Amino acid sequence: MTLRGKDLIGIEHMSEMEIQYILDTARPMKEIISRPIKKVPTLKGRTVANVFYEPSTRTRTSFELAAKYLSAEGVNVSGSASSVSKGESLKDTARTLEALGADVIILRHPMPGAAAMMAQTVPFPVVNAGDGAHEHPTQSLLDLFTVQEVKGTIKGLQIVVVGDIMHSRVARSGILAFKKMGARVSVCGPTTLVPPGIEELGARVYNNLDEALDGADIIYVLRIQKERQEEGLFPGLREYARLYGINKERLKLASSEAVVMHPGPVNRGVEITCDAADCKQSVIQAQVNNGVAVRMAVLYLLARGGEASSVPVD
Amino acid sequence: MQEKASILDKKGISRSLTRIAHEIIERNKGTEFLVLIGIRRRGVPLAYRLAEGIKKIEGSDVPVGVLDITLYRDDLSTLSQQPVVYQTEVNFSVEGKKIVLVDDVLYTGRTIRAAMDAIMDLGRPGVIQLATLVDRGHRELPIRADYVGKNVPTSKKEVIAVQLEEIDSEDKTLILEIE
Repeated sequence: MTLRGKDLIGIEHMSEMEIQYILDTARPMKEIISRPIKKVPTLKGRTVANVFYEPSTRTRTSFELAAKYLSAEGVNVSGSASSVSKGESLKDTARTLEALGADVIILRHPMPGAAAMMAQTVPFPVVNAGDGAHEHPTQSLLDLFTVQEVKGTIKGLQIVVVGDIMHSRVARSGILAFKKMGARVSVCGPTTLVPPGIEELGARVYNNLDEALDGADIIYVLRIQKERQEEGLFPGLREYARLYGINKERLKLASSEAVVMHPGPVNRGVEITCDAADCKQSVIQAQVNNGVAVRMAVLYLLARGGEASSVPVD
Repeated sequence: MQEKASILDKKGISRSLTRIAHEIIERNKGTEFLVLIGIRRRGVPLAYRLAEGIKKIEGSDVPVGVLDITLYRDDLSTLSQQPVVYQTEVNFSVEGKKIVLVDDVLYTGRTIRAAMDAIMDLGRPGVIQLATLVDRGHRELPIRADYVGKNVPTSKKEVIAVQLEEIDSEDKTLILEIE
């Protein structure tokens, strides 16, 4: 088994087998991060460049840790503190990192398609860590990993994605990923935050949360970006919380073994209440922990360097 | 690949393992602090069989761990695709233990180097010893086995195939030659 491309750009282009291969590789990685000494020598001498044009805590940190646990060197480039602020283009930044000896680029960028473009510019792997409202594949991989860990399987589960579907790359990658793995996916949010045509990805659309939650196995809560309210897409945070916020009462409408997920950062009291975010059914912390294991798997599988040879694997 | 000779049959494998079990107990003066760690894949069933053999002789249970050395290989950058990583399952502390590493064939010694590095990352064992069913020579590193089922002089063109019931549905060890 091997991954087809040199890069990880989106869930859209991946097969169920490729996805499962990454999840299977993440499992032994998780054992490594549970050890007192979290380090294996696998990627010794390789350099992973974290290029982030948007703020991020968990994605950047977990890629950084994943690289470190595999003994790779990590360098961080952030949009505001680099030549990017002096007007350097994305392509030139890619070429600069290539000349500096990077072996993998992790890219977060506000523009959809940025990672795909960078992947065409450089000969080594590029991992999309979020490109605008397009995709965030490693988030969805860690979500799948978490669900497989808790539920055993993804096939046949009913997942409800709640919130701002329109602007969310997590929602887009998530819908594609859970569909590919055989789950039934529905989305729920105010009409203004559900993009028309989302049904084409294979998701049922609800505007009423209580109806959407009926019998759900996984409740996937999205972050409400406060700037969206200023755009007039919904009247107020309090009203949003009342109509679309997840709380302990509403959890009772879902399956009794339903789990609550959130990609972070959490706006407590808006899309989810404190008691629901911290309840036993919540796997939000596990998601963050699994993020490191999944990103180690991605780095390991993509970082096949050197010339191809026929040395047998015994 | 052509079959050249059979080195060990089912009985042969069983006798070798029984002798090695005795030797392990003798060398370590009992089973105190003793643990067995099998190297994936075929070292794992061998480690469990040795543990069973030791139990028959001494009556005590020896913990068995499973080691995957993929992430410690020194040839990753020369392979055309990344080998599959499996789980390492060492559910006991290795600190101060007498570890017997178990593998099916000892050849270049590179697997054992990787296995020792992997164990050192889990803690600081008291001693590490090595048990192997077949030692075929051609070492590339200064490594030797403490317990050997059978020494088999080979040429580098030959392949030693250890087959075990747990994985291959039959116990046998063959020499094959690449044509």
